Amino acid sequence: MITTFSFAKEEKHEGEGDIKTEIKEYINHHLLDSHDFSLTSYTNGAGEHKYIGFPLPVILWDNGLKIFSSSKFHHGESVAEVNGEYYTLFHNKVYKTDAAGTINLDDDHHPTNIKPIDFSITKNVFTIFLVGLLMFVMFSRMAKKYKTGSIPRGMGRFLEPIILYIRDDIAVPNIGEKKYKRYMPYLLTVFFFIWIINLLGLTPLGVNVTNNIAVTLALALITYFLTTFTANKNYWGHIFWMPGVPTPMKIILAPIELLGTIIKPFSLMIRLYANITAGHIVLMSIIGLMFIFKNWIGSSLSFGLAFALSLLELLVAALQAYIFTMLSALYFGSAVEEHHEDH
Amino acid sequence: MTIPNIVGAGLIVIGAGLGIGKIGGSAMDAIARQPEASGKIQTAMLIAAALIEGIGFAALFAA
Amino acid sequence: MEKLINEFSIGLFFWQLVLFIGLVLLLRKFAWKPILDAVEKREDGIKDALDAAENAKLEMQNLQADNEKLLKEARAEREEMLKEAREMKNKMIEDAKTEASESAAKLVAQAQASIESEKKAAIADLKSQVANLSVEIAEKVVRTELSNKDKQLQLVETMLAEKSLK
Repeated sequence: MITTFSFAKEEKHEGEGDIKTEIKEYINHHLLDSHDFSLTSYTNGAGEHKYIGFPLPVILWDNGLKIFSSSKFHHGESVAEVNGEYYTLFHNKVYKTDAAGTINLDDDHHPTNIKPIDFSITKNVFTIFLVGLLMFVMFSRMAKKYKTGSIPRGMGRFLEPIILYIRDDIAVPNIGEKKYKRYMPYLLTVFFFIWIINLLGLTPLGVNVTNNIAVTLALALITYFLTTFTANKNYWGHIFWMPGVPTPMKIILAPIELLGTIIKPFSLMIRLYANITAGHIVLMSIIGLMFIFKNWIGSSLSFGLAFALSLLELLVAALQAYIFTMLSALYFGSAVEEHHEDH
Repeated sequence: MTIPNIVGAGLIVIGAGLGIGKIGGSAMDAIARQPEASGKIQTAMLIAAALIEGIGFAALFAA
Repeated sequence: MEKLINEFSIGLFFWQLVLFIGLVLLLRKFAWKPILDAVEKREDGIKDALDAAENAKLEMQNLQADNEKLLKEARAEREEMLKEAREMKNKMIEDAKTEASESAAKLVAQAQASIESEKKAAIADLKSQVANLSVEIAEKVVRTELSNKDKQLQLVETMLAEKSLK
């Protein structure tokens, strides 16, 4: 939200621009990943853009590994020169260019420049790493406290009920008493990871990890592979040769069921991505309304609305983590379900 | 976004909203009838709602 | 859909996959396993304690039941003993009574027998004394009344009459 305010300041400085377009661009910008971690920016008296934040390493694969600091881009304002090759940022994406930084656009306004494979530590990667570190420190410390006594202390008092909830109300009923243990590490990690990273997305840090399809795809893919590789004969039997239906139906059902196994993680991916993205868009649009109204009634109304929506987003952050974990557990459960005679 | 796309998205939202609303309503009824089973009903409700939501989102992106 | 594919960043996907799998593995080793084990151990401990308490309660109940049973048995035994004692007492009294009456009857019979024999002896003695006495009397009479023949006869007759009375 700080970034939003900073945008407002910018706006005032630049005078009467088209606020609506500006807000739209700002939202789009916020939803995108970036190559440096900037908390806020402002324009100083000399008309220069100043950014508060720090650059992150850019790692490119373009005929060999190229690593350099994103400060070379100067927030997309200049061309970075590395070993005789030139790169520039266009809509937060790295393109190969010449010394002048020319970007050739096609009819659909898509650049035709070569795109090197970008393994940069972007803002989102940095956040993922940070959350991982936070979780590791938090939970390993919690685990250590159990060595001295069986009753949780400190952080554990808050976290243990959640861990137990995931075990007793998500893993055990869906996967089964016998086999749930194998999936517990994944379920617990994915729940806390999504939850914490969703909550971080609501903070004024302006990080927004789960609204990247790449992130949710990676998570959904792990669920998919875990389901596929731990599945037993019964699971595959139900997919390729559904018991209890006539043979022609079995042939028709097999591709549908096979498609179903892919649709399941696909819906996991889309759900998390879309919920968080939609939440952010709506929230930021309403915050943007405050600056469009420019009168105290409309602005305070949209402030109240934004506040209520923020609370709702807090709920959504946990709910999406819960649903992702729950459905993952459900899929694992179907993969390891034992054969029942009463089919 | 063209107009047919917007209309399609609207239709999807209406459909998904109706579906999830029905699930929620039925779950409320069920909880009122059997308050002791509220935990299980909630879980089933969330799963069903999540499945509809998934389809809704998939359709929204296609629209 | 096109927007999604455009937005897709291989780098972010790669890092998310690597970092997340690393996180799962690390947390499994250093956090989840110890935490879940500790929680399980605690739960088992609580369960054991509860079971033990339940067992103790059951045992207590059993013990109480046993005690009651014992008490009942003891009471029954005491009753039995008392009954037996009472019966024994009664029997003893009865026995003593019959014995006593028997011996009494025996004594009476003996006494009667001895009385009878004494009586017989006494009668025999009396008879012999009477005979002696009559002989003496007769002697005396004979001595005194021998002069008077009539009187002698008279006397003998009376005496004989007397004698035959007996």
